Amino acid sequence: MALIQATAIKKNYRVGEIDVPALKGIDFEIEKSAFVAIVGPSGSGKSTMLNLIGCLDHPSSGTLLVNDTEVARLSRNAAAAFRGEHLGFVFQDFNLVPVLTAYENVEYPLLMVRGWAESKRRERVMKILEAVGMADQAHKRPDQLSGGQKQRVAVARALVGEPKLVLADEPTANLDHDTAYRILNLMKQMRDESGTTFVFSTHDPKIMGEAEVTFILEDGLLSRQGAQQ
Amino acid sequence: MIATLKLSARNLLRYRRRTLLTAGLITLGVVALLIFVASAGAFKQTMVGEITDSMLGHLQVHRKGYQAATDNSPLNLNLQPNAVSKVEDFLKANPDVAAYSKRVKMGAMFSNYAETSAIRLNGIEPEAEDTTVPALRNRILDGEKIGPLVKEGELLLPTLLARGLKVKVGDSVVLVVTNASGSVNARPFTVRGILDQVTGPGGRDGYIHIKDARELLRMEKPEVMEIAVRLKNINMLERVQQGLATQLDTIRNKEDKPATELHSWKELSPFATIVKMIDMMTLFIRVMLIAIVLVSVMNVMLMAVYERIREIGTLAAIGTRPGKIMGIFLGEGLLLGLVGAVAGVAISYALVAIFHVWPISFTFGRNALALVPVLATGEVLLVLGLAILVSALASLQPAWRAANMDPVTALRHV
Repeated sequence: MALIQATAIKKNYRVGEIDVPALKGIDFEIEKSAFVAIVGPSGSGKSTMLNLIGCLDHPSSGTLLVNDTEVARLSRNAAAAFRGEHLGFVFQDFNLVPVLTAYENVEYPLLMVRGWAESKRRERVMKILEAVGMADQAHKRPDQLSGGQKQRVAVARALVGEPKLVLADEPTANLDHDTAYRILNLMKQMRDESGTTFVFSTHDPKIMGEAEVTFILEDGLLSRQGAQQ
Repeated sequence: MIATLKLSARNLLRYRRRTLLTAGLITLGVVALLIFVASAGAFKQTMVGEITDSMLGHLQVHRKGYQAATDNSPLNLNLQPNAVSKVEDFLKANPDVAAYSKRVKMGAMFSNYAETSAIRLNGIEPEAEDTTVPALRNRILDGEKIGPLVKEGELLLPTLLARGLKVKVGDSVVLVVTNASGSVNARPFTVRGILDQVTGPGGRDGYIHIKDARELLRMEKPEVMEIAVRLKNINMLERVQQGLATQLDTIRNKEDKPATELHSWKELSPFATIVKMIDMMTLFIRVMLIAIVLVSVMNVMLMAVYERIREIGTLAAIGTRPGKIMGIFLGEGLLLGLVGAVAGVAISYALVAIFHVWPISFTFGRNALALVPVLATGEVLLVLGLAILVSALASLQPAWRAANMDPVTALRHV
């Protein structure tokens, strides 16, 4: 059974009086523990596709099953609970909470979303910070970290709750080439260790080569599928 | 809950200057309100104490119709002995009554053998008067301050009259009175003391012994014009007045109508209107405080939400429920109000302590007063609660807006 099953997904945005189609009826499946890239130029629908999988947005039509849950029908609260329980997010701009240290940013989902006890939280946070090589920077705030370090913390935050799926929207766009590769390798390493499925979007052709499965989006259509390396 | 508040506190510290300014504004409002309430309360207490403790008493019983004609010092509206006896029975049986004093009041001519002037006189029972209006003794500026307030053949004279007619303690003067039947009576008195005058009705009256008053008026029976009543606790005034009024209603005249009337100091003194004005000003300042807190906190919280739209989107994306996001922003507003209000209360207590060392001195009418403001715990808690509640209310709309933000739109915000 695939982790994600999408059938005839359409997504239209209303701009004034006109419906602008972002996704024009796409079908795809993503297996568990896959390392998937969604590739396409700006405005092709990559972020829309990630937002739908991540229960941040609803499709205009079609069915979307994530971990056997029809996410299109989830209420606002249920969607938040689903994201907190099963999903992790990595953003292009890292999106760390500036008033929290690296440790506290990683701790946030366990404390504020899942309500874990202090000792359990500490153990898990330190373990994941060590795994991403940031344990010695745990006390620093985001403004004291480099771009690569921030993204490592963001990856740790996404993985700390041991989610089934991590969605990363252009995770390397704001990083230099070497750092981008290191982050991708880190994500791959985490996938190998935890079995978490990674789906990331990129428009960088060099980065897409790192994926095991590649979806190419163009003008809202999934024109090619499954470029297995 | 604690984690949410901790995050709220961190967010407040993110914009230190703005937080400080807003909390400072709340502090200023709280200080202004508390110091005004403390000073106004002390002023009210001082003035009410002076009025009730040195002349009026807390309640007064008269024969029906007396109060309406009081400016003419009527001599035909006296409480008859049987009515007085019944009133005394009610007062003695009432556990909230501390003391009462019977008075015979009249208008008279006062002469120093060279000049003559009008005077209002109270015939009193010295011991009963002393316990009913204990501050009357403090008004004696010159003369015997210990022993009975006044003895038979003696007179306590208000200071302006004494000064105007150049009369001193120990001087002999004459009081001339027209009685109820129209005949004139006069007799000499010795000035026992000079009384400081106070603001309000009766503040410029002279005092003689009740026996002398009855003799001057040639009363055949021990009639009374006024019974002043002192309560054990002035805060019980309304309740006691209501109970006594019901009892006094049972004393009927020949037409089977109530023979007596009961008034509280509030109905007898114009200062009650000033008290009402002070209470209205307090209310107005309270409304101002609410407005200050509401506008400043709401403004800051709206700015906070606007500046952190992407952050709100991130928190929502990683699974923070809308209620928790709302809690973070509500917590910020609450803490802002709490910090501002607590600082305001602390500064108010410090100022009040300073005023205890250096009281505010001012004159009210002819009276020099030293005002020592007192912060009532109830008022402090009310202001604290009000500031915190209004802060929470002010942050409700911004917090609701943050909680209901569309995560996709929020994450796209630049």
